[in-house]
Amino acid sequence: MSLQELDRSIIHEGGSVSAKADEYLRRSGAVAGGWLSRYGLLIAFLALWQAASTAGWINPAVFPSVGAILSALWTGISGGALLDDIAISLQRSGTAFAGAVVLAIPLGLLMGQVRPIENALDPVLQLFRQTSALALYPVFILLLGLGEASKVFVIFWATLFPLLLSTISGVKEVDSKLIEMARVYGASRLTVFRRVVLPGAVPSIFVGLRLSATTALLLLIASEMIGANKGIGFQVMNAQYNFQIPLMFAAIFILAGLGLVSNYALVFAQRRLCRWSDASN
Amino acid sequence: MAEVRSLRKGEVALRDLSKSFQINGRPLSVLRNLNLDIRSGECLAIVGASGSGKTTLLRVLAGLETADAGRVLIDGRPVAGVGTERAVIFQEPRLLPWLTVLGNVAFGLKVRGEDSGRAEQRARHYISLVGLADFQDAYPKQLSGGMAQRVGLARALTVKPEILLLDEPLGALDAMTKLTMQQELERIWREEKVTMVLVTHDLEEAIYLADRVLILPKQKDGAPRAIDIDLPRPRDRSGARFVRYRQELLREFGLH
Ligand SMILES: Nc1ncnc2c1ncn2[C@@H]1O[C@H](COP(=O)(O)OP(=O)(O)O)[C@@H](O)[C@H]1O
Ligand SMILES: [Mg+2]
Repeated sequence: MSLQELDRSIIHEGGSVSAKADEYLRRSGAVAGGWLSRYGLLIAFLALWQAASTAGWINPAVFPSVGAILSALWTGISGGALLDDIAISLQRSGTAFAGAVVLAIPLGLLMGQVRPIENALDPVLQLFRQTSALALYPVFILLLGLGEASKVFVIFWATLFPLLLSTISGVKEVDSKLIEMARVYGASRLTVFRRVVLPGAVPSIFVGLRLSATTALLLLIASEMIGANKGIGFQVMNAQYNFQIPLMFAAIFILAGLGLVSNYALVFAQRRLCRWSDASN
Repeated sequence: MAEVRSLRKGEVALRDLSKSFQINGRPLSVLRNLNLDIRSGECLAIVGASGSGKTTLLRVLAGLETADAGRVLIDGRPVAGVGTERAVIFQEPRLLPWLTVLGNVAFGLKVRGEDSGRAEQRARHYISLVGLADFQDAYPKQLSGGMAQRVGLARALTVKPEILLLDEPLGALDAMTKLTMQQELERIWREEKVTMVLVTHDLEEAIYLADRVLILPKQKDGAPRAIDIDLPRPRDRSGARFVRYRQELLREFGLH
């Protein structure tokens, strides 16, 4: 090793140590910065809430401190009371959502593929979808009673349409040039469907799934506010009625959490399945 | 890939072929009583002004469009509709975005019910042939236009067509990529001994690649005319005879 090289390597190594530290600082700074820019406002909001409530800027009877809400949340969960509510709510919305998936995806695929079926069903579909599920809830109660069936059905009804419409449009928007290409290679109708139409419609189906999941939670609350004695939606109403305001907010937080988790799960599944699609990045 | 190809395979004959479209309720005659013979293993280029019916002719050959009258014969047999002895390369690569390069190239064979392992083995061979061995796991959105078009070419070759139909396959590529692709297309055409029908609006491309150039006139402007390109390969674009062919073709279009 010549002197010059030695020299260079020392400089290089010296440089690399400080460069590494720099790099580390820069990167952890970037991570912290990214995290802060994403959640900073949320944290500031919660901190402001806490301060405003404890300092009495806002009425703590209406807006209890974040600490009080968290403690109500902890009591409810560790005591098991809120866990029961979460379970029954998940069961209702889950059953309805699963029912919508099982009906809407196959029906949507069929309607998107077969013109006469779409033509026959479209007017009914448009009419039903324009009718608010909440407006129909009393009708469902009349038909199915005030028990589980009407609750599950109203959620099912509301989640069905976003998913059905996204599936239909997903099928119809598959590039006809790709279908023609498959035909040139001798693909039968069924093969075209399985290898071109179905995979091509998946991103749009995911859009529908996410819309439907959001709708399911929305309708869950509404349905549990009428004639229920369990469930997160019931807890919100009941706690308010009994003036257990921290508990009320705890239930609201749980709802928000459920929404976040279900959406995140779907986004995750979408990323795994549609890595190829621009929409998923 | 030691399949023996009979030398007579891949012959095309068009007999009194006519095709018109309805435009605003009026018929537009695009092809009229066209007669054409394409030899086995020939490279025929089709040139013509935009709207002269090049794509229509190619789509009729592919079986994607049905002629109003006349017949398409392949190896002496009349054909209707698409057939596995023909493969088409469009101006756009038409790759399935959810499949990798390997999946896309194997697609044609898998669609025909070929066993997946064998399909992929053959696909790998053609991926190397078009120079994309390092990209077989890439997705179409990660490819440049030229690479994507090569994938389309590999997909077509994988099914071992007798006849390769190409509709302005290099039309969307930049000038440099285009020249490279022309060279590769010629090499592959020679190696695979496939009949090639190439629609192009690039006269130089036609002279570089084709044994014969068919000029489609605008509607009502008389019959198509064919010019044999009698030049040794690979062709020298700046050679005197190449330039003379170019001038001859330009004259056909009224340009000097
Ligand atoms: N599907 C179609 N319906 C109606 N007219 C068409 C159709 N396809 C092509 N044409 C018409 O036929 C003529 C020839 O078109 P085309 O074969 O695409 O020409 P080129 O490829 O030479 O530009 C054009 O005038 C075009 O408008
Ligand atoms: Mg064209």
